Amino acid sequence: MAPPTSSAITLNINGEKYTLSVDHRTTLLDALRERLDLTGTKKGCDQGQCGACTVLLDGRRAVACLQLAVSAEGREVTTIEGVAEGERLHPVQQAFLDLDGYQCGYCTPGQICSAVAVIEEHAAGWPSAVTGDIRPEAGPPPLTAEEIRERMSGNLCRCGAYVSIVQAVARAAAVEAGAEETGEAVA
Amino acid sequence: MREFGYQRASDVAGAVALLGADPDARFLGGGTNLVDLMKTGVERPSRLVDVRELPLDRIESTQDGGLRIGATVTNSDLAAHAEVRRRYPALVQAVLAGASGQLRNMATVGGNLLQRTRCGYFGDVTKPCNKRVPGSGCPAIEGDHRNHAILGASRHCVAVHPSDMGVALTAFDAVISYETTEGSGELPLCDFYLPVGDTPHLETALPPGALITGVTLPSAPVAARSRYRKVRERASYAFAIGSIAAALDVRDGVVSDVRLAFGAVASRPWRARAAERALTGARADGESFAAAADAELAAAEPLIHNGYKVTLMRNLVVAVLSELLEEASR
Amino acid sequence: MTTTTGSTTATGSVGTAHTRVEGRDKVTGAARYAGDLPFSELAHGWLALSTVARGRIRSVESAAVLGMPGVLTVLHHQNAPRVDSDYIGVLGVPPDPTIALFQHDRVQHAGWPVALVVAETSEQAREAAEALVVHYEEEPHDVAFLGERPDANPLDTTEKGDLESELAASAVVVDAEYTTPEEHHNPMEPHAATARWEGGRLEVVDSNQGTTWVADELVKLFCLDPASVRVRSEHVGGGFGGKGVRAHQVAAVMAATVLQRPVRVVMTRRQMFSIAGYRSPTAQRIRLGADADGRLRALDHRSLNLTSTVYEFTEPCAGVGRVLYDADAHHTSNRVVRLDVPTPTWMRAPGEAPGSFALESALDELAEKCGIDPIALRARNEPERGPVSGLPFSSRRLLDCFREGARRFGWADRDPRPGLRRDGRWLLGTGTAASSFPAGAAPSTAAVTAQPDGTFTVRIAAADIGTGARTAITLVTADALEVAPDRVRVRIGDSDFGPAMIAGGSMGTRSWAWAVTTAARELRERLALDAGIPPEGLTVRSDTSEAIRALAHKERHSFGAQFAEVAVDVTTGEVRVRRMLGIFAAGRIVNPLTARNQLVGGMIWGISMALHEEAVRDQVSGGHAGADLAGYHVATHADVPLIEADWVDDPDPDDPVGIKGIGEIGIVGAAAAIANAVWHATGVRHRSLPIRPDRVLTAGEGARNV
Repeated sequence: MAPPTSSAITLNINGEKYTLSVDHRTTLLDALRERLDLTGTKKGCDQGQCGACTVLLDGRRAVACLQLAVSAEGREVTTIEGVAEGERLHPVQQAFLDLDGYQCGYCTPGQICSAVAVIEEHAAGWPSAVTGDIRPEAGPPPLTAEEIRERMSGNLCRCGAYVSIVQAVARAAAVEAGAEETGEAVA
Repeated sequence: MREFGYQRASDVAGAVALLGADPDARFLGGGTNLVDLMKTGVERPSRLVDVRELPLDRIESTQDGGLRIGATVTNSDLAAHAEVRRRYPALVQAVLAGASGQLRNMATVGGNLLQRTRCGYFGDVTKPCNKRVPGSGCPAIEGDHRNHAILGASRHCVAVHPSDMGVALTAFDAVISYETTEGSGELPLCDFYLPVGDTPHLETALPPGALITGVTLPSAPVAARSRYRKVRERASYAFAIGSIAAALDVRDGVVSDVRLAFGAVASRPWRARAAERALTGARADGESFAAAADAELAAAEPLIHNGYKVTLMRNLVVAVLSELLEEASR
Repeated sequence: MTTTTGSTTATGSVGTAHTRVEGRDKVTGAARYAGDLPFSELAHGWLALSTVARGRIRSVESAAVLGMPGVLTVLHHQNAPRVDSDYIGVLGVPPDPTIALFQHDRVQHAGWPVALVVAETSEQAREAAEALVVHYEEEPHDVAFLGERPDANPLDTTEKGDLESELAASAVVVDAEYTTPEEHHNPMEPHAATARWEGGRLEVVDSNQGTTWVADELVKLFCLDPASVRVRSEHVGGGFGGKGVRAHQVAAVMAATVLQRPVRVVMTRRQMFSIAGYRSPTAQRIRLGADADGRLRALDHRSLNLTSTVYEFTEPCAGVGRVLYDADAHHTSNRVVRLDVPTPTWMRAPGEAPGSFALESALDELAEKCGIDPIALRARNEPERGPVSGLPFSSRRLLDCFREGARRFGWADRDPRPGLRRDGRWLLGTGTAASSFPAGAAPSTAAVTAQPDGTFTVRIAAADIGTGARTAITLVTADALEVAPDRVRVRIGDSDFGPAMIAGGSMGTRSWAWAVTTAARELRERLALDAGIPPEGLTVRSDTSEAIRALAHKERHSFGAQFAEVAVDVTTGEVRVRRMLGIFAAGRIVNPLTARNQLVGGMIWGISMALHEEAVRDQVSGGHAGADLAGYHVATHADVPLIEADWVDDPDPDDPVGIKGIGEIGIVGAAAAIANAVWHATGVRHRSLPIRPDRVLTAGEGARNV
């Protein structure tokens, strides 16, 4: 007997639960865009080669085009629609807006989701391909432009807004670091 | 992409049982290669057994001072792990040189070793390819093969294995553990990939239906002084055109232990044993390094447009070993 | 003084940095692109493309596919609605006949659209399109673009003076061949269109560079009443010349007409390599003859590109020398060879981008041979009038760009000898090149409405493909009305707003600004006369056709100077750009924030063109191997260093706002500056792009063997 080719699933997206029946072929990207009207996540290549569909899965960045929706059940999905806190833009969003970290805007949601994760990955001490000393004792490398570029390289921008994107990520990282310090001081 | 069934496994025995003997079923890990291949029609599974949630996501020290890495450990977690960074830096560098941050968060160690070649003919079902459709031909030999194999290929297939991680694992004598309905088994990575010959579609020695459960790295003090260098056609987010994992121990100016493996030159991560043999006991200097590279590359059979890889790999051997030598003498 | 952006007006919005008016929508994911708008009863179309490069369709086995789950219809040459492609479009040229989809059984290139499968879901449509069996009668194809082709057709030639005798009289001669590969636009947003019939009107929600342009083509192609077609394109995820009328809109309109429900057709990234247009590969021969002091006696630039068997498209590489340099004998020609390939199209700086790579590399070779600084060589050959036309320049501040750029880049300290500088494993070098791109304007219409609440609404069928057009129009209108920009709301991307220039040819912002300025100024005058605004608002419309026709004939161009520093590891072949600087004289800069971004973006295209981009056509199949973004490399973050772009004051005296246009000038000369820097680093000339690691390695071996 042929196995069922669709399933009823519940997806947890931006803190809300969505119950739907999905064709197993449906990627998380298509489920977001075509079933749930969450079209902020963009389809650039559908093959994991551009990063336009970057979302956060359980807090880590991932490409939604290679993630089957049925396999995303039980995981926390954060899309660009869930990055801001209500009306208040996330520091990364604000920096992209202020520093013109985009042109056509199509790669932007992916760049922003990726940047949010890059700042967290760096803070967690993850090394990158350009980190000189990767021993854990060396601690996190300074988040230089070179580090940001390498860590953001999974997000293509064909308009070529890379220079201002890197500046925006650096500014947002500084803002977040400052905010945390303030928070600690207050506590 | 054809319709398919989907089941999620919660333990290894269950996963292996779910897959059963069905040749049309596949294990789904991170999906970064399989789902892409399903979209391009290269893979058309009838069922997927999702193994991402199996309890194989640990990295543990072994009694002999090595590491055992679970099959569902993500590339990111592998590269961020403190012990891996201390003991096998080349492995960390190899993993970080691969793909992108997003893909490394999704991709798993088991899946990495089973990923398929990125040969453009293999990935396009409208074109012939002996690896995809045995007997249909290899258009790369006469066509676009700039990034194809110079070692160990055959007239049936000249594709290269795309893994970076696998190159470092090969250098450090990794052993693969797997599970079938018959029980568990092990395969050294050097025996894991089959020779190309006239069966390029048969890629690994893994028994049918087997699930990779982990990779064990034996203790290798030399690996603490290792590095991975990758050359590609852009600075990041691209497959290698040539890469090298190298580790070097020198005593009194003589090579006491050396590990060398090449990426993007063959259908599998290429352990450069001839070069290692030539180096062990030799003086640690540029001349020996070059001679060792030549010893390995004597077997190279480049095609019309990929002869540069011989030069590239020779230069990489000399450059990376020289860097390691300089570091050691600091 | 380099960042002055022209005289200020009452409000001074133009010339000061403004963040994008749609910026918040773009950073929150609220901006809806063509494939993002929901429609009830939406059906999904998936194109099936030919697997042969030339031949005849024997049969389309649609019966089996029609029985698959969710499949609604299969359109192909035997059942698709008929269209008429025998017309002249608004851009004054006939359409590429390949947009007349499914009209006959001929296959004219690999990846030719042979059918559209429409189904309830995209998963169903995709599987059915892949399962669709099409039988072909295959014929031998010819896709070989290799140097000299006796069947090449000279299309566009200028000749002045006796070339051979001037070359013979020259103290120094450069004679070299340069090649550039097939390049693809690859905007991040794939082509997407949704078509539907609503209340007797055809509405197409599309991603394009001009809604009235696409609407006009669809009207003519489907023989419809112009008033019955509306094309909308609110946000566009990049265009670069590739987003005009394409198979996806035509297929969507056909299916929506047949099914009488909304149908969306989105190209896959892989399909884009066959049906979205591309830049032809080029083979260019340049001969320069000069006196010992570098003065040019002879300039000969002959370029060859390919086109399809059914449409003549010229990549006018040889045009760049008609503007940049004069010579006693000055010959240029563009030739075309017809092959079994898709028709190429405009791609960012068509002609100038590959043409400047060849010409500006040759100038660098001439400077080397003459022992003259490359900038001094260009200064020595600065023409007073158009070298071919004899017309005066509207303005030409090329040497000012070089002077300012040289100062900021530190050019004066440069040792011209190659192969001397090293940083670890990297050899370092610097290079420069000139750039130019035509400045033009095209007729447009606009409407500006004053509302009783004190706000204003602009309606113009402009397209914002990432240029910042929406914001630029806001600023220009605000200045013309002498109000603050937050009182101006701009609506674009709707063919119902009337004819307007497309986002192309670096002419969009200038053409639209002219139209909105004309309307807004008249509106301001009317408001000044009688204070009353009726409840429905007071609207003034403009049409710039007459004003633009009245422009005096001049050589009108933007100019620039490009500088690059590269690092080359000759043992691995890796090339990295370490820094770039571009100084431009490109008219009045409307919004420095977005303009700088766009100029830098063009320069990044130059990096990508110099080092990465190349689509390899497989001679056996006639199609591509590796047609995706892993096989076709564009520059990533890691490939792009800090790049600076700036400008000298250069307002166009004949434009109401002073604009020239900046969309394309950034790429022109950029690849040459990088290639020249690679020579300076290594002593090896790379005359074929991209400068791949294997080419650097192989060239290095050749140099050692010499």
